[in-house]
Amino acid sequence: MNDSNIQLDDNGHLKHFLTIEGLERSLLLNILETAETFSGVGARAVKKVPILRGKTVANLFFEPSTRTRTTFELAAKRLSADILSLNISNSATKKGESLLDTLHTLEAMHCDMFIVRHANSGAAHFIASHVAPNISVINGGDGRHAHPTQAMLDMFTIRKHKPDFSKLRVAIVGDILHSRVARSEIHALSILGASEIRVIGPRTLIPWHIETMGVHIFHDMNAGLKDVDVIVVLRLQQERMRSALLPSESEYFRLYGLTEEKLALAKPDAIVMHPGPINRGIEIDSRVADSRQSVILQQVSHGIAIRMAVMAMTMQSQSGIQPEGGHADPD
Amino acid sequence: MKKLDIDIDACLAAMSGELREVVGPDAIMIGIHSGGFWIAERLHELMGIETLLGQLNITFYRDDFSRIGLHPRVKPSNLPLEIEDREIILVDDVLHTGRTVRAALNEIFDYGRPKRVILAVLIDRGGRELPVAADVTGKRLSLKPDEHVKLSGPEPLALELKTAE
Repeated sequence: MNDSNIQLDDNGHLKHFLTIEGLERSLLLNILETAETFSGVGARAVKKVPILRGKTVANLFFEPSTRTRTTFELAAKRLSADILSLNISNSATKKGESLLDTLHTLEAMHCDMFIVRHANSGAAHFIASHVAPNISVINGGDGRHAHPTQAMLDMFTIRKHKPDFSKLRVAIVGDILHSRVARSEIHALSILGASEIRVIGPRTLIPWHIETMGVHIFHDMNAGLKDVDVIVVLRLQQERMRSALLPSESEYFRLYGLTEEKLALAKPDAIVMHPGPINRGIEIDSRVADSRQSVILQQVSHGIAIRMAVMAMTMQSQSGIQPEGGHADPD
Repeated sequence: MKKLDIDIDACLAAMSGELREVVGPDAIMIGIHSGGFWIAERLHELMGIETLLGQLNITFYRDDFSRIGLHPRVKPSNLPLEIEDREIILVDDVLHTGRTVRAALNEIFDYGRPKRVILAVLIDRGGRELPVAADVTGKRLSLKPDEHVKLSGPEPLALELKTAE
């Protein structure tokens, strides 16, 4: 799917944020730098800046999520936007209203931005191509396709610990097949120039032809984790498994669970990440999840800064007025 | 573009003298990014202020955000100290419409409630659009609306006069 064009306005600025695929390196760096300026807001007495005052953001969650939804809510609130979270799986669509009718209803309420989370791949793209031109759409995760803000917050977290992407060896471990996070992450890491990206998992959970994305495939943790700088552990998405892909949870943990012994194969200063929610004792051992090398909770805080950056950037494009070049400082 | 013949060092020396008379020894100095911070760095040193120097990035408080946009490489604000009930010296390079100062005050109040805020500017060029006045001014100019003063720095500091096309 190529939706790189629809994401950008005529000036090449971000209008929607649907997928990492096809975006320029400079734009990704721009998001990371903008997030950096927002990251201090949460530490202040008043955790708010007035930049999106008067804007209305609708969180459209067609699929349940706690951390993505709440961090988007917090991000919107810290930018002074008004936000409403609609758990659509429980409301209108159950009564038979079509997706487009739901959207048009929200447009009529003068919303400025939709954050969309949907179980079907391509849902955010579909919505972005049907909304009124003054509305920005941000993908909060669509099916197996993409979760671009998660990938960017992971890049932000990696950069805090390992500033030079060109020296990075990153291993993504586990259920790659069902993971939109893995896909977005692979795109982001390749655009930012990571030196090696590995995916590690059982044959049944590695999608066919993933090597065409420029990754190295490993089915053995001991070989795959050797000398890596970053380990991204993925959640085993049993709710998406429609057939018997695994013998058992305990067998999975024995082979692919990240334990202290397996972590020791990576570089001594390797960091451990997980998009959450974590299944302790299935894909990650508690001692690793709570260890000094784990940056899982930092990922959550960084998620707010990244989401603030993406929301502010897409809204800026929406104003329809070209930003002035150079240093803006009229007085 | 034309270089302005203003002795910046002499202005800064006079400003630090005036400031010493109006603020207490434990005042906190805050410079507005970027020119205001350069001026604040000099004043901070000249006055021998011991409290840490703060930096304010008012990008998120501007009333023209949608016109000017985000500047991702701007450093975040850094106010290192509690400003609650403290005397603040707010420093900027050029005072023009007063909108930057309005934004800076809004941001300062999001960190706490200062006892008093003193405004010090290197250049007051006139043209106010808001009821804002400096307490300490290095140099007053009266410029036409299409003329702009720009401070370059931080080393060396120099003032230029630009005319908008």
